[in-house]
Amino acid sequence: MSVKTIPMYKRPESLSDVRTHYCAGCGHGIIHKLIAEVLDELELREKTIVIAPVGCSVLIYNYLEVDGLEAAHGRAPAVATGIKRARPEMLVISYQGDGDLLAIGTGETVHAANRGEDISVIFVNNAIYGMTGGQLAPTTLVGQKTLTSPAGRNSADVGFPIRACEMLDTLEAPAYIERTSVHNPGAIRKTKKAIFKALKYQKEGRGYSFVEILSMCPTNWGVQPPEAADWVKSDMVPWYPLKKFRDRPADEDADKEKAS
Amino acid sequence: MSEKVLMKGNEALAEAAVIAGCRHYFAYPITPQNEIPAYMSRRMPEVGGTFLQAESELAAISMVLGAAAGGVRAMTSSSSPGISLKQEGISYIAGSELPCVLVNIMRGGPGLGAIAGAQGDYFQATRGGGNGDYRTIVLAPGSAQELADFTIEAFDLADEYRMPVMILADGYIGQMSEPVVLPKPSGKSFEKPWALTGAKGRKKNIICSMKLIPDTALEEHNLRLQEKYDLITEKVHRVDTYMTDDADWLVVAYGTSARIARKAVDRLRGEGIKAGLFRPLTLWPFPEKELFEVGSKVQKILTVEMSLGQMVEDVKLTMNGEVEVDFHGRAGGAVPALDDIIERINGYERENHTHVQAS
Ligand SMILES: Cc1ncc(C[n+]2csc(CCOP(=O)(O)OP(=O)(O)O)c2C)c(N)n1
Repeated sequence: MSVKTIPMYKRPESLSDVRTHYCAGCGHGIIHKLIAEVLDELELREKTIVIAPVGCSVLIYNYLEVDGLEAAHGRAPAVATGIKRARPEMLVISYQGDGDLLAIGTGETVHAANRGEDISVIFVNNAIYGMTGGQLAPTTLVGQKTLTSPAGRNSADVGFPIRACEMLDTLEAPAYIERTSVHNPGAIRKTKKAIFKALKYQKEGRGYSFVEILSMCPTNWGVQPPEAADWVKSDMVPWYPLKKFRDRPADEDADKEKAS
Repeated sequence: MSEKVLMKGNEALAEAAVIAGCRHYFAYPITPQNEIPAYMSRRMPEVGGTFLQAESELAAISMVLGAAAGGVRAMTSSSSPGISLKQEGISYIAGSELPCVLVNIMRGGPGLGAIAGAQGDYFQATRGGGNGDYRTIVLAPGSAQELADFTIEAFDLADEYRMPVMILADGYIGQMSEPVVLPKPSGKSFEKPWALTGAKGRKKNIICSMKLIPDTALEEHNLRLQEKYDLITEKVHRVDTYMTDDADWLVVAYGTSARIARKAVDRLRGEGIKAGLFRPLTLWPFPEKELFEVGSKVQKILTVEMSLGQMVEDVKLTMNGEVEVDFHGRAGGAVPALDDIIERINGYERENHTHVQAS
């Protein structure tokens, strides 16, 4: 019998062979890799366009071996809408941070979801504005200290952190909405499954998907990477429950199976 | 077939966009350009195109950016306050070197202003209301026919130079119904190897305005843009002149102001007064060479605008003190009165007379 070497692990083809600019312990790199793995598995690399947001992941097109397009701050879902309408055969990913998606781009977020655009939104919620040095975000937890909430977020003054999945779950059109996290290997595996679903559904033309991923920003939270991962679990998850809010394509498939 | 049809200017423009091969149109409603989205909402499905009423002008222009990056002909239209919101996207489109057509059917400002036609957005259009060192080609049609014709040309210019091209017309031009001969497609085609079509059999394409590496990348990018703008400044001039060969007095105006000025020239000529009209059809680049040639032969220039003095600055820059430049303007939806223009020029004649007698 001949012995075949099967690599246990290799760099996904969709992931560029370059060094990233992300800080130690940042979640963006993990999430980029998960997207690359899923693109490989679904054989979508050559058909994908990634929309880079304004935020720490503004250079995402340097890390994925797919066509890349820049959007103005908050406008990624509108840019994604434009190119998806122009090239419906392409797979379009709108990758966004919380300031981008829930502050300056709230309008674009809600309306792309409400139209049920056939795109996948990957929402990285790190409870802070990373790129500009750690200001209050719409997702900053009550009491959380940031550069612009030095005494901690005061809900009487600036309101409560917005739960994106719950908000979008009030809309009729979205096909798939789930919140996951990347604070430990188990959570990362679940996140990959969610990204897989979102991209698969788009490949099948089944409508709008939204995956919110709770992620770490040790630099701007002012903690070490392990503590940051712990904080996601101890502080973020209670406010942002990890949950599948809606999975219409799976429901439809189950119904079909029952009927047949 | 060159059959004349009666159309509103806004509709003539919309149909011309379809003729030019535009199949992606995104906009947010605003008067006095509402006929364009209404027309497109009916017409685009007929030709297999996309009409999408966006949630805002910020979104509409970003949708245009996305569609343009996909390599298709995309357009948006709006009016003054809406164009202010689009400035973000225009700057990104210019920086990303994407082609698109923008339409501003101007109304009075500042702020919400009012819905009647005006020409108060000349500075914003020609100087650029968005951030950074960029330019937008600006075409200034003066009739429904020109709205249609210039739209065909706008798409070609946008594709040729990979930049936003703006059609700037006041609300009266957009709203007026006139006989139009619908234009034919130009027949030009443009390769778009930079478009985002999937990294298959080629390296990935990236379209962005941010240039970080090396340190000099952004300056180099700006210098390249500037080279392009210099080339356009050399090549893209359109003007219309009327009775300028022997003119003593030259009116410079565009859009509705120019239509009134033309009437004034006719009336003055009837009285034996040698007036002429110079009508720039490109506002950026401003046709300096052509204006200087005509303008340096007259005794005085009168710039007429539906604003309190914007294009007049370009006229003065062009003439550079060679000839006196006077101004007459109305604002807030008011149009210059025929008699006021005539009276101004009669005044120049009288002054001239006294002057000649005295010397
Ligand atoms: C119109 C505009 N406003 C503000 C900024 C500055 N800015 C850049 S990134 C950013 C916040 C990004 O935060 P987030 O979306 O949470 O992403 P993260 O960096 O945390 O990944 C801001 C405010 C900008 N580039 N453009």
